[in-house]
Amino acid sequence: MNTAALTLFQMRFINKAFWRNPASAFFTFAFPLMFLVIFTTLLGGGEVHLGGRVIHQSTYYVAAMGAFAVITACYNNLAVGLVFQRDAGVLKRTRGTPLPSAVFFGAKVVHTLLIALLLVAITVAFGKVVYNAEIPTGTPLFQFLVILVVGAASFCALGFAITAVIPNADAAAPIVYATILPLLFLSGIFIPFGDTAPAWITWIARIFPVKHFADGIQAGFLGTAFHWSDVLIVGVWGLGALLFTLRFFSWEPRN
Amino acid sequence: MAGPTYDESAIIDVRGLTKSYGQVRAVTGVDLRIGRGEVFAMLGPNGAGKTSTVEILEGYRQRDGGEVRVLGLDPAKQGRLLKQQIGIVLQSTGVDRYLTVAETIAMYSGYYPHPRPVDEVIELVGLAHKRNTRVVKLSGGQQRRLDVAIALAGDPEVLFLDEPTTGFDPSARHEAWDVVKSLAALGKTVLLTTHYMDEAQHLADRVAVISEGRIVAEGAPATLAGRDSARPTVSFPLPDGVMPPPELGARRSADGFVEFEPEDLTGALHQLTGWALEHSLSLDGLRVLRPSLEDVYLQLTSPTLPTPQIDDPSTRGRTRR
Repeated sequence: MNTAALTLFQMRFINKAFWRNPASAFFTFAFPLMFLVIFTTLLGGGEVHLGGRVIHQSTYYVAAMGAFAVITACYNNLAVGLVFQRDAGVLKRTRGTPLPSAVFFGAKVVHTLLIALLLVAITVAFGKVVYNAEIPTGTPLFQFLVILVVGAASFCALGFAITAVIPNADAAAPIVYATILPLLFLSGIFIPFGDTAPAWITWIARIFPVKHFADGIQAGFLGTAFHWSDVLIVGVWGLGALLFTLRFFSWEPRN
Repeated sequence: MAGPTYDESAIIDVRGLTKSYGQVRAVTGVDLRIGRGEVFAMLGPNGAGKTSTVEILEGYRQRDGGEVRVLGLDPAKQGRLLKQQIGIVLQSTGVDRYLTVAETIAMYSGYYPHPRPVDEVIELVGLAHKRNTRVVKLSGGQQRRLDVAIALAGDPEVLFLDEPTTGFDPSARHEAWDVVKSLAALGKTVLLTTHYMDEAQHLADRVAVISEGRIVAEGAPATLAGRDSARPTVSFPLPDGVMPPPELGARRSADGFVEFEPEDLTGALHQLTGWALEHSLSLDGLRVLRPSLEDVYLQLTSPTLPTPQIDDPSTRGRTRR
């Protein structure tokens, strides 16, 4: 089999295993929608000021939860799943076969990208039906897809990278959530802070990729300004994570 | 670099292999030659260097020194090519728990250029009745069979089995042994590591005892380290104060039995039983003992025995008696 065929072949099995794991499928798909409903119900009545525009909070949350869904699928689930596979010896076993590492990782990334696309599509459809959210078309749609794919790939790379500092499967979920939850809050994913947030929060949000990714996603939905610099910063984080992964990734349990 | 010449008939050819982890010298000069179709067991206590040696042969680790060829290939440089022709069963490896037995084997088969048909592999390891069962529902013994099935998926020439039955209950061990025997029947070359004597004795054509990073004895299980030519011990109970003819050189042992090591076993037994009949003594409980594989092994791997400090490869790895 050539590389493309082998990647597709590998994806078929990843996909089978993914849907048969009820916990992972539930967290991946139900969480963003659940949060969308909860946040919109609790906080969805107000308005957010973004770049001089006034945006209804329910629309804001459709975009934010779209971004959240991608981060959950690409960063959280990939990292936790990989550490689990590493500790169970699945990675070491794979390393002992002729399967090229690039195909093993590539199939995971492509599968996760497809799951992320599906998640965003579901979130958008849900937002459209229930909260009457706008759906991007034309140039904003193209920009939206670019930030979506670059973001998903970068968060996959970050998911691979974080496994290098996770000692074992027990520590996987705590470390992954400890690294991502504060950033989700500080990037306005859960609680919108518009233009009026304290400076230290905006600075943290500017350094890390979550806010840039969320801004890019929001531009598609909310008609706010799209900045290619957001794509660049998210991409640089992804590239850095990829280099870190290539250097420090471990195929064997760390003990 | 002028390398040594390789034995063409050897499937695995290792010379002067060394490997250290920091200050710990895990492998200190291993020589191995394993022929086609042989089942070879590496026997040794935990930490003796078995796994390090095997993982270098499999291409998982880089060696520090020495020469290694598996199927004529250098695992450090031709890993991809080598991995197409070997099967590996590691000490503990999982598989995706949500795939079925058949799906799992089909997935791994897809990685190899000339795989063995999936159903043939399943049949071979005796999992036909579990074909469509998810991995998560298999018993320990069945999972080990699946491990072997995955290792066989690419129809390899050589199989590496690292402690294939550690942690198994007796019935699962016998199941695993049956599978290994069927591999030997297929003509595969098998290198297995174990710390169970009975496993080595049961499965292997040849055994190497590895201790502190090097091979201290090598041979067929029955003749290892001169087991077959060692003097037997004759041991039997006698009432207090009674001793057999002094020329037998018998003495009382700590457990109250009388024992001696005759040079000529047949003659000595004849003399002993004749003496007993003459004195109307019973020799019930008489035993003739030869060193078991375990005795030999314990003696070879005992850390209290002095070990040679020499570093001359020509005298290393030879049988000690």
